[in-house]
Amino acid sequence: MSSILPVAFDGIAYASWLFLISAGLTLIYGVMRILNVAHGSLYALGAYAACSLAGAWLGGGLPAAGSFAMLLLAAVLVGSLVGPLIERGLLQWMYGKDEVVLVLITYAVFLIMEDVIKLVWGVDSLLLPEPYALPGNFQLGGLPYPVYNVLLIALALATGLILAWALYRTRQGKLLLAVIHDREMSMAMGINVSRVYLATFAVGATLAALGGAFTAPTIAVTPGIGVEVIVLAFAVVVIGGLGSLGGAALGALLVGLVRSATVRYWPEAELFSIYAVMAMVLIARPKGLFAAQEARKI
Amino acid sequence: MKAAIVAIASLVALTGLALLSPQWLVFMAMLALAKGVVVLGLLVLMRTGLVSFGQGLYFGIGAYAAALLSHHLHVADAAVMLLTGAAAAGLVAALLGLLLAGYRDIFFAMLSLAFSMILYGVLVKSAALGSTDGFNLHARTFFGVALAPGMERRVFLIAGAVCAVVVALLVHRLLGGHWGRLATGVRDNELRVAYLGASPYRVVYVNYLIAGALAGLGGALAALAVGHVDPEMTYWTTSGEFVFIAILGGIQSILAPFMAATIFEALRTIASQYAPNVWQMSLGLAMLAIIMFLPAGLWTLAERRRRSA
Repeated sequence: MSSILPVAFDGIAYASWLFLISAGLTLIYGVMRILNVAHGSLYALGAYAACSLAGAWLGGGLPAAGSFAMLLLAAVLVGSLVGPLIERGLLQWMYGKDEVVLVLITYAVFLIMEDVIKLVWGVDSLLLPEPYALPGNFQLGGLPYPVYNVLLIALALATGLILAWALYRTRQGKLLLAVIHDREMSMAMGINVSRVYLATFAVGATLAALGGAFTAPTIAVTPGIGVEVIVLAFAVVVIGGLGSLGGAALGALLVGLVRSATVRYWPEAELFSIYAVMAMVLIARPKGLFAAQEARKI
Repeated sequence: MKAAIVAIASLVALTGLALLSPQWLVFMAMLALAKGVVVLGLLVLMRTGLVSFGQGLYFGIGAYAAALLSHHLHVADAAVMLLTGAAAAGLVAALLGLLLAGYRDIFFAMLSLAFSMILYGVLVKSAALGSTDGFNLHARTFFGVALAPGMERRVFLIAGAVCAVVVALLVHRLLGGHWGRLATGVRDNELRVAYLGASPYRVVYVNYLIAGALAGLGGALAALAVGHVDPEMTYWTTSGEFVFIAILGGIQSILAPFMAATIFEALRTIASQYAPNVWQMSLGLAMLAIIMFLPAGLWTLAERRRRSA
């Protein structure tokens, strides 16, 4: 029992982190049918922006608790500036292309942004340990455990609930669902689909950057952090079913728990286990756990 | 007839290159050839309308199979290594293909990605195979003939050239005939192909098998060129590179993958020398430009020139 509790807790903390990133990815895919590889670099951008902003805040001698606000601000800034830049500047000319071609286009954006990040922030790793150390530790099963991870779980829960509420309970959300269901019909009914796309991409980008910003205090922020994240997020989203928010939550939980269990009991199989789960889910349910059925067109 | 002339000309040119050029150029040519062979396999797959983001799996299997031969079984013959690399990859492709041939579009891409990442996860954690560092391999003979030190790579390049020309001719024949038409049919409208009595599943399966075996051959070639294997060969960025080269060249011609791989390696050599920090950016920009202005790849330029001439 004493060992299961920390393992489960670790898994849930990891799942929260995964969910923050995957929610944006699945949202963008659901609405725009783009499997956005650049999501990884938006994540990295969020982490770098968080380091700069929170670093400047702390360097200015301002109260340390405010650095959390800076993390949030970094995510919102990246989401609302870089997100629309990519969507308006490039993606809006590409709609209607084949899904695989769209993957390649966002892959190109990913490659470009990787180097842009290196040019802006340099290749040395950045550290931002203060927000992680600030809330201290608590005891769990006889082990000290960072309170920061509890904050992360709360953040993921809040994000998930807000997204679900916005999607299913507000007018804007229902318009979005209409666009997902039938893009052409929504246009005919007077929905400004182009604006819906823009908003979706901005929100998705913000979520990616949020994941990055709140990871920054726990890792050394170096070039290439987005490379690993994007395939993990793919795995989560594909397990849950592309385009499904609930699927992303379940996929994140599944991957998080499997990973923390293997890390604890069979550490050699860490990466292997995640993708093995993905392969098994795809074998059993080719379109993921919660994918919508589609009509076959001849 | 035309194909034979091109084949002989490229063989002569590559042999000349192998014997006369400096070591660094031989090395570059070998890598370009290895990647060209992998992308040729991807081309076969793309003719059926499928893009695999997991060719790194077979690239890695081919390379590791060759390296394991040298390292654990003390087989030092390059020809045996090349054949084993292709065979091992083909075998795994034959198994996974049974499953993957039932998937299409983005799900095919994602599932193949998952399999390559599984191998990556295994390799990174297996201390016996050198974990993230990988290990070295040495090939000292070719078809039993001992190689003089310093000559190894030159001989391998010729061997690689022969392999590449042979597989390119085979693929050219295959795609030029009945099978090639069937593949395009599957890409354009799978259900109708099925109505006409052919099996799309079989077409996809066989083409996947070919793509896997070719990627294995390419992996073994790359391992011989570098003299070292590491898990990076199976990582998704390697697979992404192959897709990039395939898009760069286009899929109309058998020569396009080799041309694109050569351009890619040349650019990379130059960029790593002079501008290592903007290399990825230039790749990305080139990719966007190709997708926007030359959706069928650089090969369209060659075609256009021929038509106007």
